[in-house]
Amino acid sequence: MGKRVGLEVSLAVAEAVKLANVDVVSAYPITPQTHIVEELSVYVASGELDAEFIPVESEHSAMSAALGAAAAGARVYTATASQGLALMHEILFIVSGMRMPMVMTVANRALSAPISIWNDHGDIMAERDIGWIQIFAENGQEALDLTLCAFKIAEDKRVLLPMIVNIDGFTLSHVIEPVIIPDHAEVDAFLPPYQPVLKLDTQNPVTFGPVGVPEVYTEARKQLEQAVIGAKPVVDEVLAGFGAAFDRQYKLVEQNGKIGAKTLFVTMGSLGETCMTAVDELMAEGQDAGQTRIRLWRPFPEEEFLAACAGAEKLVVIDRALSPGAVCGPVASELKSLFYGRPGAPEIINVIAGLGGRDVTVREFKEMFALAGSGKLSGNYMMWGVESHAS
Amino acid sequence: MIEIRIHGRGGQGGVTSAELLARAAIAQGKYAQAFPSFGPERRGAPVVAFVRVDDKPIRIRERVYSPNVVLVLDPTLLDIVNVAEGLKEGGKVVVNSPEKAETLKSKHGWPTVAQVDAQTVALEELGVAITNTTMLGALLKATDILPLSALHEVIDDRFGPKLGPKNYKAFERAYNETVEN
Repeated sequence: MGKRVGLEVSLAVAEAVKLANVDVVSAYPITPQTHIVEELSVYVASGELDAEFIPVESEHSAMSAALGAAAAGARVYTATASQGLALMHEILFIVSGMRMPMVMTVANRALSAPISIWNDHGDIMAERDIGWIQIFAENGQEALDLTLCAFKIAEDKRVLLPMIVNIDGFTLSHVIEPVIIPDHAEVDAFLPPYQPVLKLDTQNPVTFGPVGVPEVYTEARKQLEQAVIGAKPVVDEVLAGFGAAFDRQYKLVEQNGKIGAKTLFVTMGSLGETCMTAVDELMAEGQDAGQTRIRLWRPFPEEEFLAACAGAEKLVVIDRALSPGAVCGPVASELKSLFYGRPGAPEIINVIAGLGGRDVTVREFKEMFALAGSGKLSGNYMMWGVESHAS
Repeated sequence: MIEIRIHGRGGQGGVTSAELLARAAIAQGKYAQAFPSFGPERRGAPVVAFVRVDDKPIRIRERVYSPNVVLVLDPTLLDIVNVAEGLKEGGKVVVNSPEKAETLKSKHGWPTVAQVDAQTVALEELGVAITNTTMLGALLKATDILPLSALHEVIDDRFGPKLGPKNYKAFERAYNETVEN
């Protein structure tokens, strides 16, 4: 039934990758992701993990080598953050376009400039359209569990897509907390060896990613769209299967606080836990407060989100990324699109907070709640906690 | 929930103190969190690390702003950092210092102080002035977070068969020599 230990979350993710029996790890170190691949390189060097570790000279190469290994039929893992993810950008589209399953951890970190090694979602929000499945972990256990699930989802013959597991840099990656590490036999039963549908094979030559002339490109993109949308029930099924096997339940969208509350916070990632504590305190004070946490970000779980927000009059949507010059933050923008034209759509209050490692505290969530109730907020979004000398 | 802030200097092992404490608490079936102050750390510069310990799952990811206990690994920090900032009412400052507990208390105006000359203990037991495990002894004396024995396994695991027993001895000696006022 696994072993409960106090472990740094990065190392818990490395444990998950080891338990998944990956064949290839191709990676370049970047804070705050480094501890994961550093630990994996130790496992490979000691023989604890029978895999090829490809130390490359950049993230562009890390993703390129990962793509090649996936095309050869290997179970592939990599991890990155921030500028490293940005450097992978062009290859990310090729991986999903060629329908190559692989798993990548993004230890979410702000983008430069100014240089910030700290946590926000600016890196992943710049990669919304890459055609990968994208999920967010809220704590260390979830980081480990979702990594295991990610391999099973990505490799499912109904899916065949790469998948990103987002873990907040430092706020999750560098925290030591209780984590249950499953037994290897349990993981083997849950995650069978990868069997690629097609692979590079000199005996049976195939071509991946040839030219898509105007006559076929739209159809190819349509197939990708259908694959990404079609992944949702598989994600749901794999998470349910994980729950049955390991007794830890995960849904695409989670609710807590008062069900049917008029005002709901919407969070993604580790801020969700701090927000939960704020919601508990608000409820204890008799406030009508609840929370909806988005776990699956791509494909966006529309029906599940709508169901979780039924009856809400106001959504306080927390975005941890700024899209300069946009109507609002990326998560709020998604939700406004979802609700547009729907009768009884809630008011969406968008708070951009927690940029570049700025703490968002329980007290601040409660201040946001009070402000949302005051009707004093105007405009499409507000940037939380900006010091006056900067405005 | 008990919240602890650890003050040290880069390289003194404050993060290790936090890690050992959290791992020991988790091994006892408790819930705990340990994390550094998330920065590019420089050797010798003042740094902090944080620990939370509770009997139920901890659902908070902010830094520790109002600690129940502050642990100070290096007495020279007292002149440059307000280590008691945000200390909860009835909170304690656990400090490595050659000065007497009552002197420290009156000089700094702390509500309660637990003092041990950890530097001397560490030099005598370990041969180096690294006080991170030693000061955990003082912390356990000043609080009842965990029994002394709870740290045995994690210290052995962290420091190995050669340095583990020495570190445990320094830790145990600091526990016995800590004076509270």
